[in-house]
Amino acid sequence: MSDELETQTYRVTRADLIRYCGASGDFNVIHWSDRLATKVGLPGVIAHGMYTMALAGRAVTTWAGAPDAVVEFGVRFSRPVPVPDTDEGTEVQVSGVVKEVTEDGLTKIALTATCNGEKVLSMATATIRKR
Amino acid sequence: MPLDPSFVGRSWPPTEPYLVGREKIREFARAIGATNPEHHDPEAARAIGYADVVAPPTFPVVVTMAAGNQIVSDPALGMDYSRVVHGDERFAYARPVVAGDSLVCVNRVEEITQRGGHDFITTRTDVTTEAGEPVVTVWSKLVQRGES
Repeated sequence: MSDELETQTYRVTRADLIRYCGASGDFNVIHWSDRLATKVGLPGVIAHGMYTMALAGRAVTTWAGAPDAVVEFGVRFSRPVPVPDTDEGTEVQVSGVVKEVTEDGLTKIALTATCNGEKVLSMATATIRKR
Repeated sequence: MPLDPSFVGRSWPPTEPYLVGREKIREFARAIGATNPEHHDPEAARAIGYADVVAPPTFPVVVTMAAGNQIVSDPALGMDYSRVVHGDERFAYARPVVAGDSLVCVNRVEEITQRGGHDFITTRTDVTTEAGEPVVTVWSKLVQRGES
């Protein structure tokens, strides 16, 4: 594993958020209604923080090459991810850098997730165990 | 109204068991676009040593978010959920969640603070099987924005 991990790009549309509402059980109105999202001061519908974290988790799984490698995973939600009601939606990019490989076989990764050039996750780290 | 600081250190009785279904894991994996065969195909999961399909890393939130209602819906805490945003989330895994697991959550409030007119609450949820095997511990920080 090299120090810089290959940046992963994920497209996010309104349909993805609706699907995530159903799959996760989080039906907060700010994830599906522009009318109610703008009422509470948001620019419009935003992605679930946990959806963005799930995409970061996909990146970690991809880098690890195994679906069960993650032993620790934490993020701070620093900015919302607005998802316009268009065919294209928006894009989240997840990059990672290996910070440390411990003697007992753990790899510590610092993650960055951006949308429109702004950091949407900060202080994001994952620790993976290679098989 | 600020959150009641006397909740710090409080814990709740274990939640009713949540039985993790294979189709729920598949549905969650599809929703986040996770295509690894081990999330969808029991044979592929067995090939890497699990009894059934393996959940993606953030799947435990399906279980812990529902369990967290124990805390946030307590009127004595004083939370106005319409002003709440998610601050931080962290998972420490003993192993991945696997279809067939019957999971129990024990919630605890670790910290309540105030800064810049906002309230912060950090909860810790220990997720185990009904038999008591540790699966994952989840920390969640929620921010209740100040009334403007």
